[in-house]
Amino acid sequence: MKVRLLPLLLRYLGLLLVAFVTVGPFLWLLSTALKSGAENIFAYPPQFLPQQPTLDNFARVLESQPFLLYLKNSVLVAALSVTANLLFASLAAYPLARMDFHGKQLIFLVLLSSMMIPFQLLMIPVYNLAIGLGLQNSYLGLVLPHACTAFGVFLMRQAFLGIPRALEENAMIEGLNRLQIWWYVLLPLVKPSLATLAVFSFIAVWGDFLWPLIILDDPAFYTLPLGVNRLANTFSMDWRLVAAGAIFSILPILAVFLFSQKYFIEGAMRGAVKG
Amino acid sequence: MKNSTLAQLTPYLFLVPACAIIGAFVLYPLLHAIGASLTEYNMITESRFVGIDNYEKLAQDPFFWNSLRNTLLYLVMVVPVLVIAPIFLALLVNKAIAGVKIFRAIFYLPVITSLVVTGLIWKWVYEEQGILNYFLINTGITDDPVAFLTDPANALFAVMAVTIWTGLGYYMVIYLAGLQSIPRHLYEAAEVEGISKWQQTLHITIPLLKPSIAIVAVMSSIAAMKVFEEVYVMTNGGPLDSTKTLVYFIYQSAFEEFEMGYASAAGVVLFVLTLGLSILNLFVLRKGK
Repeated sequence: MKVRLLPLLLRYLGLLLVAFVTVGPFLWLLSTALKSGAENIFAYPPQFLPQQPTLDNFARVLESQPFLLYLKNSVLVAALSVTANLLFASLAAYPLARMDFHGKQLIFLVLLSSMMIPFQLLMIPVYNLAIGLGLQNSYLGLVLPHACTAFGVFLMRQAFLGIPRALEENAMIEGLNRLQIWWYVLLPLVKPSLATLAVFSFIAVWGDFLWPLIILDDPAFYTLPLGVNRLANTFSMDWRLVAAGAIFSILPILAVFLFSQKYFIEGAMRGAVKG
Repeated sequence: MKNSTLAQLTPYLFLVPACAIIGAFVLYPLLHAIGASLTEYNMITESRFVGIDNYEKLAQDPFFWNSLRNTLLYLVMVVPVLVIAPIFLALLVNKAIAGVKIFRAIFYLPVITSLVVTGLIWKWVYEEQGILNYFLINTGITDDPVAFLTDPANALFAVMAVTIWTGLGYYMVIYLAGLQSIPRHLYEAAEVEGISKWQQTLHITIPLLKPSIAIVAVMSSIAAMKVFEEVYVMTNGGPLDSTKTLVYFIYQSAFEEFEMGYASAAGVVLFVLTLGLSILNLFVLRKGK
């Protein structure tokens, strides 16, 4: 019995150690955000817990910066991008998985290789293009580059390939057209893959910084990462406020994560297997 | 007749939105970027064809070489850690013990946190009178506080540590998927033959994990080539350019100095390097099989 217990204890010890390294920095940030102005945040030794926890810093952040607006922008851009990506990727994936037509291989190959091209090379012409289309400082400008990813097309194609052809043939005999088959027959069967794609694109859009940084100069369109960055530049001397703003910007995605944690990790695992 | 035309068009209609978006925001910009790298182009005056001048200028630009050196150093230091460490992490959370799902979720937290926030968190942790220095001094690892982000000798490594911290959970999940696809009966057979757990890991798990290892190697090296946010938030490329990466160089040339053609040339170098790296990785992977 004792022999069996030791490896288990070691395992928990390892888990706790990694958890400490992972969560520690977040907790330290939270503790800083809750410390009042009267408390020295540079005290030595450091005070792990705030002496008089207060939400003042959060109130001051909301007063000095439109964080609720940033939140609204983030939610809007993420919702539009994820919806568009799910829709367009699964539309494109259907013929690539299930129909025969001229240029199929070529289109698939081009889409696949487009995954290899780093956005950091494209950002200059995409910026010029977006300016030319009048997309600077607009939601559309923030959404469009995320609106369809080759990864999404690839993932959904894999999902459609796994569905028995007989289902589709039956539907055809019943007189459904291709669009109806796609919507009524196929999509309900690939919900797990849709969830995976939703999670992947949500994380990517929510945390995106470089693209909004170059396409926006009007703070009215700022998403949370830009808002936090702006806050850090404005109050670089006051870490209480920076910490409060950072915590504020983490809370929404943390809530989504806790609520649908299973989809995040299982979805990411599914993505790993398929990708 | 009309019906059959529609039937022939159907597959293309399904593909239109995806192809339009990827065409407009990936393929057209790619060609444009390559073209722009051969011009002098600043968004104000008309662009002017200059041939390979930008590339020649890059070759003589010490700032470019410095950023390339930093990026390659990043690659060499960060990728091995991100390929190996998450395997152990995945092994830790691959056993159905109480609370393991909570630990998985906790380890995934840095992945969902935006890099801007991650950068700020660590800037605060790295403060000279900050919490990390307190731990290091208290445990006797160092005598004096370490200037993590303000000493050119340390800064790049401090930023690398943050990139690793962010990536661990992400690659752990990829390995976890790999681990769970290994047939259980292999371990049962090994158990019967009295092979130790450690030997099982070495001779069953690691070899069968090779496809996942290859994926992680490709993904983490591409990610290492593109590091930007951590640097932007924590050091702004400093001190003394010691953390300026290739992407940071491109960003500055394009959007701070408005030398779009020059920046595009650096972008093409980035593209060629990433492409070369992916092909190399895939080649090694094929050979490994």
